[in-house]
This record gives sequence, structure tokens and C-alpha cells, in this order.
Amino acid sequence: MPSNIEVVDEPADHGFLDVRDLKVHFPTEDGLVKAVDGVTFTVEQGKTLAIVGESGSGKSVTMQAVMGLHRGTRARMTGEVWLDGVELLGASDSVVRKKRGADMAMIFQDPLSALHPYYSIGNQIGEAYLVHNKASRKQARARTIEMLDRVGIPNAKRRVDQYPHEFSGGMRQRAMIAMALINNPKLLIADEPTTALDVTVQAQILELMKDLQRDFQAAIVMITHDLGVVADIADDMMVMYGGKGVETGTSSEVFFQASHPYTWGLLNSMPRLDRVRAQRLDPIPGTPPSLINLPSGCSFHPRCAFVEKVGHDGRCKNELPELYPVSAAHEARCFLVDQNQLEALRNQTVEEPA
Amino acid sequence: MSDHAPVTPSTPKTSSAPLLEVENLQKHFKQYSQTLIKRAAPPVKAVDGISFALEAGQTLGLVGESGCGKSTAGRTMLRLIEPTGGAIRFNGEDVTKFGTSQLRRMRREMQMVFQDPIGSLNPRHPVGSIIGAPFRIQGVKPPKGVRSEVQSIMERVGLNPEHYNRYPHEFSGGQRQRIGIARAIALQPQLIVCDEPVSALDVSIQAQVVNLLEDLQEEYKIAYVFIAHDLSVVRHISDRVAVMYLGKMMELTDRDVLYATPMHPYTQALMSAVPVPDPDRAEARERIMLSGDLPSPNDPPPGCVFHTRCPKYREQLSDNQREECRTTIPLLEEKQPGHFAACHFAEVRVDSAVTVAAPVAPVAEPQAGGAAGPAEGSGPSLTKS
Repeated sequence: MPSNIEVVDEPADHGFLDVRDLKVHFPTEDGLVKAVDGVTFTVEQGKTLAIVGESGSGKSVTMQAVMGLHRGTRARMTGEVWLDGVELLGASDSVVRKKRGADMAMIFQDPLSALHPYYSIGNQIGEAYLVHNKASRKQARARTIEMLDRVGIPNAKRRVDQYPHEFSGGMRQRAMIAMALINNPKLLIADEPTTALDVTVQAQILELMKDLQRDFQAAIVMITHDLGVVADIADDMMVMYGGKGVETGTSSEVFFQASHPYTWGLLNSMPRLDRVRAQRLDPIPGTPPSLINLPSGCSFHPRCAFVEKVGHDGRCKNELPELYPVSAAHEARCFLVDQNQLEALRNQTVEEPA
Repeated sequence: MSDHAPVTPSTPKTSSAPLLEVENLQKHFKQYSQTLIKRAAPPVKAVDGISFALEAGQTLGLVGESGCGKSTAGRTMLRLIEPTGGAIRFNGEDVTKFGTSQLRRMRREMQMVFQDPIGSLNPRHPVGSIIGAPFRIQGVKPPKGVRSEVQSIMERVGLNPEHYNRYPHEFSGGQRQRIGIARAIALQPQLIVCDEPVSALDVSIQAQVVNLLEDLQEEYKIAYVFIAHDLSVVRHISDRVAVMYLGKMMELTDRDVLYATPMHPYTQALMSAVPVPDPDRAEARERIMLSGDLPSPNDPPPGCVFHTRCPKYREQLSDNQREECRTTIPLLEEKQPGHFAACHFAEVRVDSAVTVAAPVAPVAEPQAGGAAGPAEGSGPSLTKS
């Protein structure tokens, strides 16, 4: 089924990766699932954007849409995705196919299911190189060994002929990174690359990604639910809730000047090693919303403690908040920002770092 | 060096008999060579001599990387898996010597919460029947009948009692974990082994479930063995913490002592690897990197199992000292009062602590509805159980 794509051509000032008002809706038997509902962000080369949110907030679907992984499905996509001056949502399949794997690449959460069990590691990584380059198998193999070496797989010459089941979790993820980077992509999308790994291995992989970014100057979009990982690696961050970005800004702004009650909730609900042990955790009440039947107005209002503070006859229930500027390059989708009530409340809510 | 070196770590001695006392617990899985003729191969020592004591109403955190044997240890404690050696004393009686009927009686007092809330709930049974199963199996007849008892338990764990006849798939992940918890507390046991109960949940839901577990502990005086890989959750919920690596216990002490002054190089590396949600601190922190992966438990390194990845072994020790690491298995010894570590050269390393050095009271928050209690000092306050 052809996807419903709005074709836009307007030459304008674009960021390196520039996503504007992206919507991805899935028609299902139960109704329209608005997985992504108007997401806007930009990432420059050499920078890292982290997309943070709970499961079902639309963070993975957003980036899958950027990669063009929902093309040719029932998904309805609107908006604009510009990569290096080329619009991708409206582009033809062959254009996207040339970009995918060469200019933009993706690392998935579970490397065991993302790697094919039947083919050797070298075969799978080399294939990504052969598809996009005029090279012989021999050259591809040499390049593969070089990449495996680069991502820190010891004894790459021997490991290249092994199969995924012979690799440990951390090694598989390194192999995935080698596969993603073999064509020197300008955009690297990492979908929870360290969630399945132990902390010690996670630290190794994050170091590796930072290291590779310095070398390759790629733009990285990191999807994660772990705020610790964000603090470690991201320059900018976007917090997603119910298919929308609810807070965007540089990561230090969002961490130290958090301006959305959901971000406060996330920061307060996790036990933290860098703080004095709290006697009790402070969870966000309720559960994430259904994407078929989003709450009216602000989709966070049923779980939000500040609906009363906003007031105005239940503005939160009736009116959809926009992204209001908190400072330059920091926006939050909350009426508290709009009504200048933020400062007083934030000081009471977010614990100061010890 | 030999495969059968005596491993006799001392157990923390307490005045009265603790609720659960595990001594030198071992679980070795038999292996066979993958050739035409089946031959016995050296066993996998999933759990190789762990010892600890747990008081009633207290929580022991069991942390380690995947494959370190922490889940096997938890299951062996309940005899869901038969131990190869060692003793498990529950209220002073050795569980390993129990026969079937004794074991069944004891199971009333020892329950388990599993990691995967989908896999551990029968999809073809309604919730009421799942939570009521312990009553049927143990032949317990509550005064007001099973149904009303189950409904009051459901209410207690934050489930709607009207959902008695719903099936597991109709619940969200957090609610399913509540069902698992309801089943575990149904008979008001004295001990629950929680095997990664919150690892599969989102942060905001994770906090709800952790709070629920704490409330239930307070109300029914349940002791927990809390198995997790997340060091920050373990710090939040535990009174004592044991760190495991390749089937062996590396460090065991009170929570505050462990997080303020870890002595084992593995614990130090583990803590420094935890990402901290604070960009400034993340920049400033010195990370102790571990090289490589966990060695295969099929073929553990000789001597200290950790020496192949140990940053101290690599950077600080002399050749003679390294020789000792390679040849002699370090025992779990009391390095400081109440602080056990299995390392020949254990010492506190100041730069590794990621937790706050000085206790600073966080700003209380009246707004978000959470009763933020007074902060507890993270200094070495030895509140021994």
C-alpha cells in the first residue's frame, strides 16, 4: 500500500538532520495509533541528540521513520525529514535506499536478533560495504577486518569468520557498530544500544561511540530511557511523551533547568547513586497513555500534579499546549512555562544536586 | 589453584539465629562433551561457595553482571534447583535435608517474584486463580473464603479487585508485576526471593513497584533477597549488599558501607561504570574501565577469578603480587568489622566512589505529592541488622 506522503520542496535553511512536524500514524482494527504526533528537532554534524522517553512514547518509531523503515507499510507519515539538504519522506525508494546504510545507519537494541544467525559476522558486515561501494569481496573483507579492529574486537582476523552466537553480548553490539560505520555514515541512529548490556560493558560501548564520533564527525541520535546514559553522551536532548516532544534543549539545560512536570517526574523517580539515598522513591502516578485514545489537552495531565496550579478552568484538559520557550534553545510543552509559574514550582520540585 | 580448593568464607556471626543462613552454597551443573560418545566434562560452577545471613524483615541485595550466578543462587536457596553442596538454614533448620512434605510446608514461608511478569503468569488462568493458587496448593482456607482474601490482596498491591476474572494479557507490565507480587505475599511468607523484579519496567513504574515492595516489607515483616543488576535500585532497597562475580561472592557488607567505601576492585569498577544522570558529574568522573567481557564460567580463570579483568592487577600490583592473584583463590575475609571482601589486596579507593561523599539533605518537595522523608546519611553508619 502506498504511504500517504506530503511532498514538500522549499529550499530553506536546514540543519544537518532536520525533522519538522513528523507524524507517523498506524491505522489498526482498534483505531488510529498516533505513535508519533508532531515531532520537530535538528541535529548538527559531530553532535549527539538523545531522545528520552518511556516505552510507547514514540521514540523508536520517530527514528525508524527517519531511516525510512516504515515506507511501503500501512503507516501514514506526514512532515519533513531533511538529511544534508535532501528531503527523505517524499523521496523515491531508490534515493532512500542509496542513503540508508551509506549516509545514515542504525544500531538496534538487541544485536542477537538484528544479526542473522546463518551468516558469519564478516559476511554480514561486508555486505553493507559491497552494496554501497564498487569493491571486490577481498576488499570488503579487508575493510571489515579493519572496522572490527577499530571497534575493539580482539583478533579481528579470526573473529571475522565466526558467527553471531560465538560472540558475547558486548562483542555483538561492537559488530553492529562496525556494520553501521563501515560506510562512514554522516548520521548514526542508535536505538537503545546499551540497554541489553551490563554496566561495565555499557561503559565500554559508550566510550567507543564517543571515540568514533570524534573520528568520523557523525551526527548521532541516541534513543534511550536511561537518563544516566544521556548525561554521559548527549549534547542535546528531547523528552518524548505520548508521541510528542515535551521538552527539548541542551542536555545540561534540561537536566539543571528541567521545565516539564514529566521530566521532573523522570528525574525524581529514579534511585540515584550520585545523591544521598532517598528514604522513598517518588514515582509518577498512573501509567503511560494509550496511543489510540490520547487524553484530551495535554496528554500528561491525568498523571500531572500541577493541573490545579495551571487552573484557568482546567486549561490542561481542554487546550493542547505548544512548545513554549524557556530560554534560547530550550522549550517545554507546558502551560506553566506559558504562565510564568515555572521558576517557583521548579525550585520546590527538583532536588538540588548534592 | 586446584579445582577443588576449599572455599570456606566465614559467615557474619550474629547473636540469635538469623532467618536465613546460607553457608558455602554450591551449584555445579554437570556437562557432557559434545562428541559422539558422551563423556562427563568439568562442571559449570554457577554458584561456588557463597555464604551470608539474613535477618527477618531485612533485605539482602545480590548484584553482579549477567552470568555471575545470582539468579541460580536465588533459585537454589529456595531449592527450586537442588544445591550441589553447602547448607541453607531457614529458621535454624537445614532446608537441604528436607523431604518432599517438609519442603512443601516450608514453601509457605519462602516465595519468589520473577523477572518476566509475562513468562511467570499462566496466560490461560484468570488473575484470581493465579493469586489464589497458593491457597489451593497449601490447603489454606482463609476465614472469609479464598475469593475475598484474594481480592483484599489485590487491593493491597494496587490492583482493582473487580479485575478478579481478567487474564494476564489484559494488564500492563507494571500491573503484571503486581500480580506476581500478590501471589508471592498471599500466604504472608517470611522470605521472598525477588529475581530482578523491576528490570523490565519503565523508570516511573519501577519506582511504584519498589515502593510497593518496601511497604509490604514494613507491613508483613518480610525478608527479601533482592537480585538485580542495577546498583542504584539495590542501594535504594537493600540493608546489606553482596556482590557476585563468576559464581563467587566478591564483597559483602552493609549497604552504606559498600556504597561509600567499596574495597574490592570489582565493586569499585562496577560502581564507577554506572552512568549518573548529571552532565557535569559525568564529565568530571574518573571511570575505572574493565577490559573485555566476563570470562566463560565453563573455564574460569585460575586463582582469583577476577584477575583477568582487574584494573588493580593490571596497573598497580608488582609481579610477586600478581603471581599470588593468579595462583591463590582469595577467600571472603573480614577486612574491616562487618565488611567482607574476597581480594588479596582489597582496600578503599577514594577516587572510585560515585556516591556523594558528605551527606547533604535534599530539598524536600511538598508539591509532587511524594512524602520525601529525611535524607539518610550515606556515610559509613554501621546499622547492623
